[in-house]
Amino acid sequence: MNYKYFPHTEADICHMLERIGIQSLDELYADVPESVILKKDYDLPSSLSETEIRTFFQQLGKKNQQLTIFAGAGAYDHYAPSVIAQLLSRSEFFTAYTPYQPEISQGTLQYIFEFQSMISELTGLECTNASMYDGTTATAEAMFMAIAAGKKKNRILISSTVQPNTLEVVSTYAKFRGIELEQIQATDGVTDKADMERKLEAGDVAGVIVSYPNKYGIIEDFSGYADAIHAKKGLFIIQADPSALAVLKSPAEWGADIACGDGQSLGMPLNYGGPYVGYLSCVKDLVRKLPGRIAGATTDVDGKRAFVLTLQAREQHIRREKANSNICSNQSLMALYVTIYMALMGKQGLREVNELSYSGAHYLHDQLLATGKFEELFKQPFLKEFTLRSLVPAETVQQKLLEQGIFGGIEVDKDCLSFCVTEKRTKEEIDKLVAIIKEI
Amino acid sequence: MSKVIEGLYYSESHEWVKVEGNFGYIGITDYAQNALGNIVYVDMPDVDDEIEKDSEFGAVESVKAASDLIAPVSGKVVEVNESLNDEPELLNKDAFENWIVKVELSDTAELDALMDAKAYEDICKE
Amino acid sequence: MKYYDKLIFELSKEGRKGYTLPENRLKEYTLASLPEGLKRQQAPELPEVSEFDVVRHYTNISNKNFGVDTGFYPLGSCTMKYNPKINEEMAGQPAFANLHPLQPAATAQGALEVYYNLAHALAEISGLAEFTLNPYAGAHGELTGLMVMRQYHLKRGDLKRTKVIVPDSAHGTNPASAAVCGLNVVEVKSKPDGRIDVEHLKPLLDDTIAGIMMTNPNTLGLFESDILEIAELVHACGGLLYYDGANLNPLLGKCRPGDMGFDIMHINLHKTFSTPHGGGGPGAGPVGVAKALVDYLPSPRVCKADDGTFYLSHPADSLGRVSGFIGNFGVMMRAYTYILSLGKEYIKYVGPLATLNANYIKESLKDCYYLPIEGICKHEFVFDGLLDKSTGVTTLDVAKRLLDYGYHAPTIYFPLLFHQSIMIEPTETESLETLDEFIDVMRKVAREAIECPEEVKTAPHHTPVRRLDETNAAKHPILRYRDLAQ
Repeated sequence: MNYKYFPHTEADICHMLERIGIQSLDELYADVPESVILKKDYDLPSSLSETEIRTFFQQLGKKNQQLTIFAGAGAYDHYAPSVIAQLLSRSEFFTAYTPYQPEISQGTLQYIFEFQSMISELTGLECTNASMYDGTTATAEAMFMAIAAGKKKNRILISSTVQPNTLEVVSTYAKFRGIELEQIQATDGVTDKADMERKLEAGDVAGVIVSYPNKYGIIEDFSGYADAIHAKKGLFIIQADPSALAVLKSPAEWGADIACGDGQSLGMPLNYGGPYVGYLSCVKDLVRKLPGRIAGATTDVDGKRAFVLTLQAREQHIRREKANSNICSNQSLMALYVTIYMALMGKQGLREVNELSYSGAHYLHDQLLATGKFEELFKQPFLKEFTLRSLVPAETVQQKLLEQGIFGGIEVDKDCLSFCVTEKRTKEEIDKLVAIIKEI
Repeated sequence: MSKVIEGLYYSESHEWVKVEGNFGYIGITDYAQNALGNIVYVDMPDVDDEIEKDSEFGAVESVKAASDLIAPVSGKVVEVNESLNDEPELLNKDAFENWIVKVELSDTAELDALMDAKAYEDICKE
Repeated sequence: MKYYDKLIFELSKEGRKGYTLPENRLKEYTLASLPEGLKRQQAPELPEVSEFDVVRHYTNISNKNFGVDTGFYPLGSCTMKYNPKINEEMAGQPAFANLHPLQPAATAQGALEVYYNLAHALAEISGLAEFTLNPYAGAHGELTGLMVMRQYHLKRGDLKRTKVIVPDSAHGTNPASAAVCGLNVVEVKSKPDGRIDVEHLKPLLDDTIAGIMMTNPNTLGLFESDILEIAELVHACGGLLYYDGANLNPLLGKCRPGDMGFDIMHINLHKTFSTPHGGGGPGAGPVGVAKALVDYLPSPRVCKADDGTFYLSHPADSLGRVSGFIGNFGVMMRAYTYILSLGKEYIKYVGPLATLNANYIKESLKDCYYLPIEGICKHEFVFDGLLDKSTGVTTLDVAKRLLDYGYHAPTIYFPLLFHQSIMIEPTETESLETLDEFIDVMRKVAREAIECPEEVKTAPHHTPVRRLDETNAAKHPILRYRDLAQ
């Protein structure tokens, strides 16, 4: 029983058993039916020492291939300043519980407040919560908000240009909750506005979900969307890449009621898909429908400025089956991650990140077309991600790149490949990719 | 001891109705505001919404509790008490003075199923 | 130490920079050429600060936080155990952290092996057939598990089963998850001894019941001794048993939910398997199921081919996707490290030692705090306030006073079965000395409640800030710097 995480000595245990008035640890389980008491060791590997653990994971790590990333589709390989990981490793942050005791949690509450403030700056919407699991589930929660705000309305329209994983997650959530989810067609790679209007006309629409930039990397023009949707008393929901919002017209400027998405693009490591951090912002009128935790400013009895979890009466631990969402945590540490990132990059840095990504992506786009192995799919504006039609089989392109250590060319539609370039990609890396394609 | 006022109709879920002609004012009782504590928000329906007897039509929130408003009668909302948006604490100050919604009663017979002050007082004592 | 009270925005000065980026060598392509109508009109007001500003700011605010590494967290139902540092080191390895979630499975075999092996270790520990690690948190796992339950009934064409039974002692998340999953909640009552009332359960069981959600031990820290009978009854009516893994810790090494008859469960890796709570997340909420339900698990699934390689699959009967990719992989790395560290030789002591610690505190304090249900508890237990209620000192006051003495508060006002609940869970990683010191402080607070009640009622006195005006915060929400500055 002597292990580094268990501090008791044999004598300690004897002393404690005596206080409790029993003879053995087994007696602590006297109320468990004998037939379910485990009578053997688990079929698990034997305990490894720390050195053995390191070796074990080093060996496993070798089975992963480190690739140069020219792919996005919801996970972006942006630069991560060194400071962030250092600060995140402070155990005052990462070993803390949810800040239910505000007197000893001002560190957490304050950075959540900063996170909310910064995301609100990007989306332009007044209210942001303390974060969600990821961008896909944040979008599903945005749908729930629209349903709650729409009273008896039960239809949600979603553009078919959203990332497929978002579409699948939203569909799952809608299916089990009995929400009627309908896709809006795409034309020329963007949401078909006329199709949306036709579907709005049919009535009962609580909200419309679009994505920005969309799954092809296209920056859609949402002129007139808000008016059309609001005329039918629905909510306009934009799933947006927050990094891109530093330069693109904001959800608020488009007239959106809710903005949601994944904060991973704010310098977070790819982490094989998680942990990331979802965000959810809304206009002030919807704040009571906003799920999850929210930090607010207040004062203590001495008049000192302080922060506290607020509007808790909306939440599951109080509303139980009447709550609009079952979420009872946030991705707090990841929210801290992107908060520090946004603080470091600031107004100017985030703009430069987009500028560099834009330049690289457009250069790659033109170079790929020049190889003659691709043709333009849509003539639409894009930022760091774009999709081309491949004239050679998609698999060949992917395979050739992979052989040279490059991951790029995600198949969006049949033989239509998307590429993504961030500020981390050098001109040499882009030229190498192009050279490989030329060789095919 | 909570206050109860004569001449109003009461529901078991602690709402009251004051009838004026074909209209009814609906609020929560003193007992209810007391149980909730400091009220920070009142979620009210919109004007023209139809509310239905025994169904929820809004909610009252304190810092760490929330309670649905259950309609004691059916009808169309003709007015909501806008002052509760800025000062939800009015319900704590005087729950009977500050109604929440005014409805056009769709069936005055529904009032018969509600309690009078005496019967409601007994319920609160239990 | 100087009291630090700034927001990062308040350090901002126009023109300051906290980053470096490479020079743009492709300047001929510029954002300026984007159509005007797509450009942002007003730049977001993000702070402009130097790197050192950022470092000092966040270091300073971290000092206003309390974590497991700072002191003891007797926080019921949260399993605040020590978060081993080797877990962090392993999770941060570039060979794993730099993987793109969509890169081909063939290039991420090491990562998929971690996922697969962890899923199988959890299956062994819980006595279930298979696990998905895709859900991001306990509540997310709960929702996913209930979706499995519904998918099972739907696929069998059994459309009537729309109700789920939840004990009155359950955590609020249980009914909330059920509602979000489109199920109606039926409450089953507890007996005076805190356990489910089987006689009350029986008449609730009919062909509209999808299943029952249980925590075992329950939220009072009591083992549901009638579990075998309950399982038989629920199964006989065609329902499934869902196990909320929030309280799995005391079972490690002693018994398995699968052996008790549970069909579906979630595990909180951030509780039982030592991954950090991170100030509220990220966690992970793996969901395990019995053999008959494996096909309904969410997609993608991580599978192993006959040749030993790992791949992703999307089974036709799957309930669908619940996460962007395959879950919080970084958290899985930590939990797997923990399981490998303890191994089969030591993991079996987790449950008994956690249970020992809880009972020790309970027995040592029941003469000054009111213990409503006597007897052996599991990893946690509940006091219903101070024994002497005449002082007017409430559970909240006791909790706040503990902060002054350098302890986190216990879980308070939950479960709802009592008015003054104080729920204490020490975990197995706390030493006898820590427990004794905590017991002494709890006794001291009980004495203070009698001798100087005002001191307790106005606590805390020695924390970075004192009691907050929560009413005003909720009445006039200020949720961002822009509104605070005005």
